[in-house]
Formats: sequence, C-alpha cells, structure tokens
Amino acid sequence: MKRAIFRNQLLPWLLLAPQLAVTFVFFLWPAAQAGWQSFLREDAFGLNSSFVGFENYARLFEDPHYLNAIWVTVVFSVSVTVLAMGLSLLLALAVDRMIRSAQSYTTLLVWPYAVAPAIAGLLWWFIFNPTVGLVPYALDMVGIDWNHSLDGTQSMILVIIAAAWKQISYNFLFFVAGLQAIPASMREAAAIDGAGPARRLFTITLPLLAPTSFFLLVVNTVYALFDTFPVIDATTEGGPAQATNILVYKVYVDGFLGLNLGSSAAQSVVLMAVVVVLTIVQFRFIERRVEY
Amino acid sequence: MVEHRPFLNVLAHGVLVLGVLLVAFPVWIALVASTHPAETFQTGRIPLWFGDAALHNYGVMLGDGLSNMGAPPLAGMLFNSLVMALVIAAGKIAISITSAFAIVYFRFPFRMLAFWCIFITLMLPVEVRILPTFKVVADLGMLNSYAGLTIPLIASATATFLFRQVFMTIPDELAEAARIDGAGPMKFLRDILIPLSRTNIAALFVILFIYGWNQYLWPLLITTDEGYYTIVAGIKRMAEAVDANPVWNYVMAASVLAMLPPVVVVIAMQKLFVKGLVETEK
Repeated sequence: MKRAIFRNQLLPWLLLAPQLAVTFVFFLWPAAQAGWQSFLREDAFGLNSSFVGFENYARLFEDPHYLNAIWVTVVFSVSVTVLAMGLSLLLALAVDRMIRSAQSYTTLLVWPYAVAPAIAGLLWWFIFNPTVGLVPYALDMVGIDWNHSLDGTQSMILVIIAAAWKQISYNFLFFVAGLQAIPASMREAAAIDGAGPARRLFTITLPLLAPTSFFLLVVNTVYALFDTFPVIDATTEGGPAQATNILVYKVYVDGFLGLNLGSSAAQSVVLMAVVVVLTIVQFRFIERRVEY
Repeated sequence: MVEHRPFLNVLAHGVLVLGVLLVAFPVWIALVASTHPAETFQTGRIPLWFGDAALHNYGVMLGDGLSNMGAPPLAGMLFNSLVMALVIAAGKIAISITSAFAIVYFRFPFRMLAFWCIFITLMLPVEVRILPTFKVVADLGMLNSYAGLTIPLIASATATFLFRQVFMTIPDELAEAARIDGAGPMKFLRDILIPLSRTNIAALFVILFIYGWNQYLWPLLITTDEGYYTIVAGIKRMAEAVDANPVWNYVMAASVLAMLPPVVVVIAMQKLFVKGLVETEK
C-alpha cells in the first residue's frame, strides 16, 4: 500500500476511463448478453424470442454432438499439454547442462513463439498434405495410408502436433528459468553423497521444478482450450465428421455460421465457467507456490 | 553441471540438435516451397532444396495477389497487420499505465471495484463471447475499420497488473519529493514513473506486438472488405482454395511473409522478449 498519494478525486476516473469503457462495451456487456441469451429461444426467423429457463443447457448436455465435442476437447487438450510440456522439459534439461552453447540453443528454440497458431496449423497441414506432403510419403513406405481429410484419428494427430509445436518454445523458456532457480549447491551436495544423475533428476530437480510445472500445466490447458481456435480453423475446420470439433470451435460454428443463438450463448457461458475456474486455480495456487 | 559425464553431454547435444531441427522443420519446408514454381506441386512431393522461382512468387504475392483465390496483394495486408499490431501494443500500454497509476496512487470510492472489472477481462477471451461482441461492434458501425480491428482488443488486465507491480516497487519518497517540489500527478507520471518503467514498457511492447500481429479470429469476423484484411487472417482464405488449385508456392510465400515480422522481432530483441514473457505471467 502506498503512503504518498495524490488527493484528486476526478483525475483517477479520467485515467481509468478508457480502460473501463473498453471493458464495459466489449467485455462485460457482451458477456452479460451471452448470459441472458442462453435462457432464450428464438424462432427460426429471429423475430421472437421467449424465455425458456435452462432448456438450452439441458438440450446442450443431451446433444450427442456436444458431448462428442467435450470428449474431443479433453483428448486434444491433454495430448497437446503432455506433448508440448514433455518435449520442452527434455530440451530444457539438456540446455541446463550446457555452459557456452546454452544461449545459442535458446535462440534457436524460442522463435516459434512468434509464429501465429494459424500459420503453424497451415505449415503442418502442408507437410501432412496427402498428395504432396512429405510425411504421408514417408508413411506410405511403411504401409500407412495417410489422409487426414477422411480419417478422424489422423486429423486429430495433425492438429495436436501443430498446436503442440507452437507451444514448445514458451514452455522451454519457463522450464529453463525454473531449472536455473534451483541452487547448484543442492545438486552438488547430492552428488557428493553419491547420487548419480538419474537419481538427482528424480529426487531433486523434478520436485523442485513442481511450481514451474504446475504453472505451465494451467497455462498450457488454457492455450489448448482457447488459443488453438486458429489451428483448427486453418486446417481441419472441426472435421472430418466432427473428429476435431473442439468446444471453442463449436461455439463459433453453431453461433456464427449456424446462427443458433440460444445454444451458442449457452456454450459460451459453459466456456466462461471453465475459464473462471482455471483463472482461480492459477491465481490461488501460483500465489502460494507448490512446494513443501 | 556437477560432474564430468561425457556420455550425458553428447546425449544432451543430440537432444538439442534434434529439437532445433524439429522446431525448424516446418518453416524450412515453407521457405523451400515458396521458391519453387507452381508446377512442382502438381506433379510430385514437396522438394527439400530451394528452387529458382522465389523472386517471381514473392513478387506476385506482394504486388498482385491471387484474385481468383480471394487474395488481395499482400503488401496491403501486411500494412493492415502492422497498423493493427502497433495500435494494439501502444494502446494497451497507454491505457494500462494510466489505469495502474490511478489504482496505485489515488484513493477514491469504488477503487477496488474498478480493479476487479479490469481483472474480469482475463476470464473473457474473445472466443467465448464471439456473437454478442460481434453484434456490439456491428451496432457501433465498426465493421471493416481500423477502429474495429483494434479498440475491442485494447483492454488489458495483464498489462495493468504488470504496471501496478512496477509502480508498487517505486519508493514512496519519490512521490513525496515530487509533491514537495510542486509537481502535479500528471507531471509525476510523465517525468518520473514512465521513465522509470521504460524497460518494462519495451519488454511488454515486444509481447503485445506479437499478440496483435497474430490475431486471427477477430479480424476474420469483422473484416469482409479486402482492404482491411490482415495477413494472418487473410491467408486462411487463400488456403481454402488450395485443394482445387494447388499453388502451394504462393500460399507458402504468404505464410513466410506473415511470420517474418514477429519472428524477426523475437530474435532481434530476445532479451526484452524473454523479460516481457516472464513478467506478464507473474
């Protein structure tokens, strides 16, 4: 808390005005609208709407397409998070051994952060393209027929790879920072006591990396749930047969393309609830730090 | 490193080299593909080494675009992306500095309420409120305009928190001294707070520039006029046509141009970039 403060009463409101105006007009008001619309049902022409209570929600959770989207989202998010975190942890552990070359490797590994998710999707889509792509050609030699526009599983693998690729550099930077924060004296003490590299990894390095890992787990989950919209839209568009139709993509398709307002609003509210929970988890636990 | 283990060192180098190759692979392919003539892709696989059509491909994309595939010249889209990225970065920083200044250095009724209103924006990404936000922007007549591309994205809880943290660490004595010397709050903000936080501002600018440049869903929703397409959102319209007409060379040239500016920013300003990334996540 600051002791020395200015006494003006009007000035702080003027200073806050632009931020608050944008927040109300483009964030709070639309969110409230979505909340309200989720209780309404419009007729086919959008002329009349009537209050239907929780019917939109009830329909949503009976809709096999929506339940499928939940399952697809879970598979997608878990895979992206595990793949992106696993690879970057491996790379961070390797860089942590380097003395002179650490900086060069870091530079070579961080730049994909700047590539837009949509472009990342497009690049992998090209590599996996069934007619000209390199990977289908290679897979063909071992007898696998790759066509992600027909095969749902292959399509899912494609978007997982594209989404995880883009996130490696971010995780890598935070893992490296986390590793550097572990005092060298601890590892030295363990080495003097006779613990080999593998033992030190599991008893010292990884436990002390828990706060970083937990933080990244939340960030990666949020990324996989919400920021991967462009990856899906630029590549599979939720297909084939809804195999990659994650929840954020379904809100867009049902609302913006299908113009099913009530259902889309209810889906929006469900997603907002997910973000609220994740944000609370992030703030409560990261403030406290996962340590013992 | 604790003890000398040559085997582990070799292993670590191996892992890193593989990692670097994996990370660079898609971009390498895109670079190579963007230098080949279109015929290459009608007959066979993606080549692994550069062709000789680079000048032609990039020239066509920058200057003429592909009108039969709904792609205007890229030069215009690059300009729109630049405007969007710069306005969003500068705007977010400006309104977050003044908000944080108001919250830290003033006491007024509903101060915490204002703080929480800003905080809530963290929980409302555009993806979950697509339709109503689109409707607000349409009602305000902001479709197909630079204002529509930038202003709805300009609120920033993250940046406000960051500046709040920075201002909290600045000693109270500075504000007292400024007041005794007769400086008003705005003079204090301009001559003391902003100069003291300029590395934070620079680091944040790098992150927000990338954020603005890479926006996808928002420009896709609110631009139907080619004159306002941004490059990242515009490429999608090109890629949709590529199955019928496999001009991968043009699509990849466009992709390379779309990633170049933010990638150059990250590599050229790596220190600021890392600082910005770590700070915004505190």
